[in-house]
Amino acid sequence: MWKFFHKLASPPHFYRIAESLLPWFAIPGLLLIGYGAYAGLFVAPPDYQQGDAFRIIYVHVPAAYLSMMAYMVMAISAGIGLIWRMKLAHAVSAAAAPLGAWFTFLALATGSIWGRPMWGTWWEWGDPRLTSELVLLFLYFGYMALRSAIEDTTKADRASAVLALVGAVNVPIIHFSVEWWSSLHQGPTLVKKGGPAMDTAMLYPLLAMIFGFTLLFGALLLRRVRTEVLYRERRKRWVRDMILANTGASK
Amino acid sequence: MLAVGLAAAGIALATVFTLTAMKDSMMFFIPVSDVVAGEYPADRNFRVGGLVVDGSVNREPGSLEMSFRVTDLRCELPVRYTGVLPDLFREGQGVVAHGRIGSEGDFEADTILAKHDENYMAPEVAESLAEHVSEQTAGLAEGSGECTSP
Repeated sequence: MWKFFHKLASPPHFYRIAESLLPWFAIPGLLLIGYGAYAGLFVAPPDYQQGDAFRIIYVHVPAAYLSMMAYMVMAISAGIGLIWRMKLAHAVSAAAAPLGAWFTFLALATGSIWGRPMWGTWWEWGDPRLTSELVLLFLYFGYMALRSAIEDTTKADRASAVLALVGAVNVPIIHFSVEWWSSLHQGPTLVKKGGPAMDTAMLYPLLAMIFGFTLLFGALLLRRVRTEVLYRERRKRWVRDMILANTGASK
Repeated sequence: MLAVGLAAAGIALATVFTLTAMKDSMMFFIPVSDVVAGEYPADRNFRVGGLVVDGSVNREPGSLEMSFRVTDLRCELPVRYTGVLPDLFREGQGVVAHGRIGSEGDFEADTILAKHDENYMAPEVAESLAEHVSEQTAGLAEGSGECTSP
């Protein structure tokens, strides 16, 4: 067991294993998203209050969930990298940031499009849920800006890891904002006492979308970490050997 | 190790600062009871949130002027508004009104936003549920006389 993880932490081994893992995330992910999108748009009944407009939930909720999930992946691997000096963990952290930023942007954009017809506003300053999600976007930007501002990879890893960890405070704030404070945003639907407050015909496509998005995030993350590893190890022998072997050039 | 210590200290500080800073100012709206009890900022606009009282919506014919009452099931507050309403605005619906208390003690709103709840269901299900719920909340809608308004 430990040996497996120890081997996984070695860049050349990870580089090989990540490629074979990729389809196991990508294919079920795309299938789930395909089912979720179809069932969400055509099978699920319209909502009693919002009619067909509620269907944006099938993008909004998975995107919002992953905006936080990606941050946790980023912060936890940053922490592992800091504590155990594990280079691969820093690579995971760096690779997760742009993905998380895109999911955050998607959540904010779909939320805004949803808010205009339902609430009557594109954006409300001072709303705790909206504001804390926007802070999350700026945390991602700050993390990426800090990384690219420091040329030395080891120093960039350390500095940005501290930022990622401190910013992790925001994730529970986003989640509980609608319970701690009064907000225009409604309370949680899926994670609540007495089970999800949703018709099962609406719920199953939503769950499929959430799992599908998560798997797709996993696949994209694997791809990005591979690239990151390759870039970081570009002067190492195993990379040169692999390139030479692939191109068939003579040593 | 220094970096880890710094990170831990940073997290602790960030938590304390954010939570103290957000404690009051993050309240998006003030409940009706607080407003009726006089607990609102007098010198600036604020938001009040509550449910639109059934049968209280009054529209001036030929204009966008309207008035209605909002309640938090304890107190009620009359609201006056001129303008376009969001699609979800209806009696019994949660709304957030932005504005200030006028000279007559009414809330003069410049913006009305509609809240929706966290329940999602098909219209047919909602209809059968509505009868059930209205039986249960019949007493609440009366206001139950707990409001300590002047």
